[in-house]
Amino acid sequence: MIKIANVSKHYGSFQVLTDCSTSVSKGEVIVVCGPSGSGKSTLIKCVNGLEPFQSGEIIVNGISVGDPRTNLPKLRAGVGMVFQNFELFPHMSITQNLAVAQVKVLKRTQDEAMDKGLKLLDRVGLKAQADKFPGQLSGGQQQRVAIARALAMDPICMLFDEPTSALDPEMVNEVLDVMTELAQEGMTMMCVTHEMGFAKRVANRVIFMDKGAIVEDDSKEAFFANPRSERAQQFLAKILHH
Amino acid sequence: MGYQWNWGVFLQPSATGDDTYLGWMFAGFKMTIALSLSAWILALLLGALVGVLRTVPNKTLAGIASAYVELFRNIPLLVQLFIWYFVLPELLPVSIGDAFKQSNPVMQQFLASMVCLGLFTSARVAEQVRAGINSLPRGQKNAGLALGLTLPQTYRHVMLPMAFRLVVPPLTSEFLNIFKNSAVCSTIGLLELAAQGRQLVDYTAQPFESFIAVTISYIIINVTVMSLMHKFEKRIAVPGYIGGK
Amino acid sequence: MTYEFDWSSIPGSLPFLWDGMKISLEITAQAVVIGIVWGTLLAMMRLSSIKPLSWFAAGYVNLFRAVPLVMVLLWFFLIVPKFIETLFNFPPGADLRLSSAMMGFALFESAYYSEIIRAGIQSVPKGQISAAYALGMTYFQAMRLVVLPQAFRNMVPLLLTQGIILFQDTSLVYVSALADFFGAAYKVGDRDGRLVEMLLFAGAVYFVICFSASQLVKRLQKKYSPA
Repeated sequence: MIKIANVSKHYGSFQVLTDCSTSVSKGEVIVVCGPSGSGKSTLIKCVNGLEPFQSGEIIVNGISVGDPRTNLPKLRAGVGMVFQNFELFPHMSITQNLAVAQVKVLKRTQDEAMDKGLKLLDRVGLKAQADKFPGQLSGGQQQRVAIARALAMDPICMLFDEPTSALDPEMVNEVLDVMTELAQEGMTMMCVTHEMGFAKRVANRVIFMDKGAIVEDDSKEAFFANPRSERAQQFLAKILHH
Repeated sequence: MGYQWNWGVFLQPSATGDDTYLGWMFAGFKMTIALSLSAWILALLLGALVGVLRTVPNKTLAGIASAYVELFRNIPLLVQLFIWYFVLPELLPVSIGDAFKQSNPVMQQFLASMVCLGLFTSARVAEQVRAGINSLPRGQKNAGLALGLTLPQTYRHVMLPMAFRLVVPPLTSEFLNIFKNSAVCSTIGLLELAAQGRQLVDYTAQPFESFIAVTISYIIINVTVMSLMHKFEKRIAVPGYIGGK
Repeated sequence: MTYEFDWSSIPGSLPFLWDGMKISLEITAQAVVIGIVWGTLLAMMRLSSIKPLSWFAAGYVNLFRAVPLVMVLLWFFLIVPKFIETLFNFPPGADLRLSSAMMGFALFESAYYSEIIRAGIQSVPKGQISAAYALGMTYFQAMRLVVLPQAFRNMVPLLLTQGIILFQDTSLVYVSALADFFGAAYKVGDRDGRLVEMLLFAGAVYFVICFSASQLVKRLQKKYSPA
């Protein structure tokens, strides 16, 4: 479903990604972790072409992301993405947020889009908030709306860029629950997150990145039992021991 | 195309015979610089004073300062200029008014232009100074007062030095504006750059060359002022704070 | 002996002055509309990753901002019409000068609007564009549906304040012989030998209009920005 092959990226002389390769098969859930500045957010943004890269290749559902001839809007419409800071559109109500891309990008009718949006809103437990504006919701609620907005496009896979790191601790679980449910339904997911509990629960594989390179790429069991690199061990020790 | 370019026109002797057309341009250039700089000094002094007054706790003083700013901000510059030049001499006591009217006409135009530009710009400078002072963290004023400084001392030693650095970038744009606004003074006959440009069109019948030369002169002034102010900003930057390293 | 005021020429000339005011307002309205539309396009070009577009916009804005409005008006009043006439072989009778001056005024103000709008676009968090792209929107969809509505909401007070400045700027069309409010007031004062009164009257009218408008903008600003 997603194939990343030898991807490198630099800003001027600063190397952000170095020769990254991995893949995600249909139905798989991959967790990407690593210290801040390790390039994990950049990598996931390369997958739907939000960040350009200079060398290597990324293939999503058979389409090359880096190819200048690729219709990026079309590709992105089929790949859901959830952001660290939610990025709901503040000038639109919740239902408008859910409908806008369905209508403008997928050319669904307003009614179809509303139906679909309300169903998904119900699924993330926020039907009562349909007519509010993003600024009136808590962070956890906003992030659940953002997940529903991405799902409304019927994506073939979902990308999560630190979806819980801007949340107050008591709101983390409501978002993780939605993500867990999604994983159990068989959605293909690539998640940048520090939530190791979530990784242990639902991930198939864990990728550990440091300084722009993929240091570990293991099955969940192997990763938690025995991370091979010293840096991964230090990282795990730091985030698990408090 | 019918137009005959002739850049050599600037070196021809002017219609009055005592100068070249290039000399006319240069005279206009000097007039623009002299007018703008003298008006700028006036604007800085008055603007700083009025800007500080707008932030003081005394309601009367702050009210007067705010009326001053509103008055000069809400009347077009051209109207203000005509009032200074045509109206004020009539309203002054006759002896002073007559003295003004009998003085050298260039002096009259220059004085009216300088006062007009200076006061007009001072209202804008005052707004920037006020914004600079208000953008300082509240704690700064309290910290000064808590150390036992009086309010004027707190302004003098704590708030103004920092506010001054904050307002330099917006003041740069006001400084640029004063050069551009000085072109308005061509309307009362002051022979600065824009007026010389118009005169060149009339005398030389080479409108393109004349206007291009004048326009480029303004661009040169603009670029020079910007780079000078940039250097100045760097010099006064506070380490670890906006613009500092 | 002090000056003796004589305001008697004002009442009779009110219809004439009102015609002038209509012209001032018309120029203002036209320049605001062109300024916002063309200014938005310039701002988008300036922020574009396509280098020639961004260079063009930067050049345009910096040029117009470096040159006095008086100069721009003289260019468009004296030079541009001649240029167009020779270029397109216009019949000598057609007088392009006034419409050309009005166009010059609008093009000048666009440069200032474009800077305000550029700042407004940049005030929208970058994540918003990413989110719009991630949903499959094209550049123009993301701009139209997501970025510009937010940018304009943030900019409303600034755009209105610029409108007031622009209204004051219209008095400068005096140099191009357009009979705006100020031009009309000056003509009446000159004709009746009552320049002092007419200039004071014009100043007072501008003050009342601009001061009330700026107070309205302030109130609007308070209402818009939550505490």
